Amino acid sequence: MHPIFRNTTSLGAYLGLWTLLAAVLGALIRVPTSLSWSQSLSVAVPMCMFYAFVCLTPWYLCRAFPLGSPRVTRLLINQVAAAVLACTLWIAVARLLAFAMDLGSGLNAAVPQLVVVGLLLYLTSIALHYALLAVEASREAALQTRDAELRALKSQINPHFLFNCLNSISALTSTDPARARDMCVLLSDFLRKTLGLGERESITWREELELARTYLDVEQVRFGARLQVEMQVDDACAECQVPPLVLQPLIENAIKHGIATMVDGGIVRLEGHVENGNLAVRVENSFDPEAPSPRRHGLGLRNVRSRLQTRFGDAAHLHLAAEHDRFSAEMVFPCHKVTT
Amino acid sequence: MKLRAIIVDDEELARQILREYLDKAGDVEIVAECANGFEAVKAAGELRPDLLFLDIQMPKLDGFEVLQLIDPPVAVIFVTAYDQYALKAFDAAAVDYLLKPFSTERLGKALERARALLSDPQPRALQASDLAAAARPPGQTLERVVVKDGTKVHIIPIAKLDYVEAQDDYIALHSEKKQYLKQQTISSIEAQLDPARFARVHRSYIVNLERIARIEPYTKDSRVAVLQDGTQLAVSRSGYTKLKELLGENI
Repeated sequence: MHPIFRNTTSLGAYLGLWTLLAAVLGALIRVPTSLSWSQSLSVAVPMCMFYAFVCLTPWYLCRAFPLGSPRVTRLLINQVAAAVLACTLWIAVARLLAFAMDLGSGLNAAVPQLVVVGLLLYLTSIALHYALLAVEASREAALQTRDAELRALKSQINPHFLFNCLNSISALTSTDPARARDMCVLLSDFLRKTLGLGERESITWREELELARTYLDVEQVRFGARLQVEMQVDDACAECQVPPLVLQPLIENAIKHGIATMVDGGIVRLEGHVENGNLAVRVENSFDPEAPSPRRHGLGLRNVRSRLQTRFGDAAHLHLAAEHDRFSAEMVFPCHKVTT
Repeated sequence: MKLRAIIVDDEELARQILREYLDKAGDVEIVAECANGFEAVKAAGELRPDLLFLDIQMPKLDGFEVLQLIDPPVAVIFVTAYDQYALKAFDAAAVDYLLKPFSTERLGKALERARALLSDPQPRALQASDLAAAARPPGQTLERVVVKDGTKVHIIPIAKLDYVEAQDDYIALHSEKKQYLKQQTISSIEAQLDPARFARVHRSYIVNLERIARIEPYTKDSRVAVLQDGTQLAVSRSGYTKLKELLGENI
């Protein structure tokens, strides 16, 4: 279906334009003929209304023969043939109208002009359709880029995290082989869980939380006593469908810009509950306001915000606040459950 | 000769593996282990080590900042997990860098390089602050300046820096009516500061644009910038042109 039919406003505007063209055409018909205004208009208006719809057909042809395709001659032959056919129809309608209105040969003198106008109108329509397709394609491309970016970010594991983990394992192998093994298992668990996520549209909050727990367990080995974790998550949240890895960047942020900046470490506090059909999640951590790296609102958090926005629109929000040495990220979005 | 080394890393396990490897290497004596930048600056000042194993991301002071504050400069081996921008710069300036996790062989090579460098009768001048400037990722400007004053370390956030004054080989950083001396050239700090917030108005002065109250004529073709606290700084002709560009004609 042609996009012009998607809403009545655009269709109305389009037909309005053709009404104007009909007036111009009426004037044009009067010049070489001896027809009256009412006669020429009663030919021109139906002609234009008919042609208005004929001029929408390039939509299909333009899509079948996109510009820049290697089959240039076929494109030209087809488009020219379509234009000739359209123009023939247009003249046929004119003659039919003249016949129905008993104008005799009164319209004949205007036929050459009508042929030219018909061809020009149709060719203009082809050009405009190619332009329309180009606009749609660029919009589509922008959307796809965004999608790809999200997918990439979703599946991206912070290399810092990975290499530091491996270094911890390397350190533990000689002093505490059992813990080194535990760490290998934890890290593998985490990697395995994240691997498949990029493909999935939604996961349950339970899975997301499980992932965060595994991540925190791994970080616990790295930071030791410096990292304390408190969790207060209602069971009611468990079945909420969430975008995969929506919590992960918040937790990573709390570690990287929070715990890692503190000489003696601190607490990461995670709260989650369901309220009025919304899942409300809060991650709070201590941080050093005078820490060397002041870029606190990193890519991760921006990414979470834009993903919530794309998925839930205004129904979701992410609120970040830094007060003294406490940083908090609060995320609220509708809790949809899959009913089986 | 035994190398005297300090290990600086905020993660216990990261320090542990370095300690283990260095113990095995035999001819390195670990004189201190530090878990943050402050400790590192203090320990390096007191113990005068030959070599520093330095992590980059740490609480309080990062690796670059530690490097700037250690006087006299010391041979440094950076030990980091992943630092996409900095590594290239270290290639030229630091003794070596180790990427975590690393092998004993790789550490052995780094130690060899350190030894070769330290036994060189004419050691490369390690201008720490300039090295740190070079190692900063391109396009990233300084968010704060660190200065050592005896054993104390001052951290001056850029927003609180009023102006910088050149004094021979030093720069004087003026912040909240106090003055901090640092061994660095005025051109090198100029390159690190955000050019939209700071302007070199004179051979000897860099000024925080937000502090300028007005510009007054001084002699026939020179001017002074009057700061909000009344301080007057000489403005050269090219400095004035720059200020006009940054602040608009009506200054």
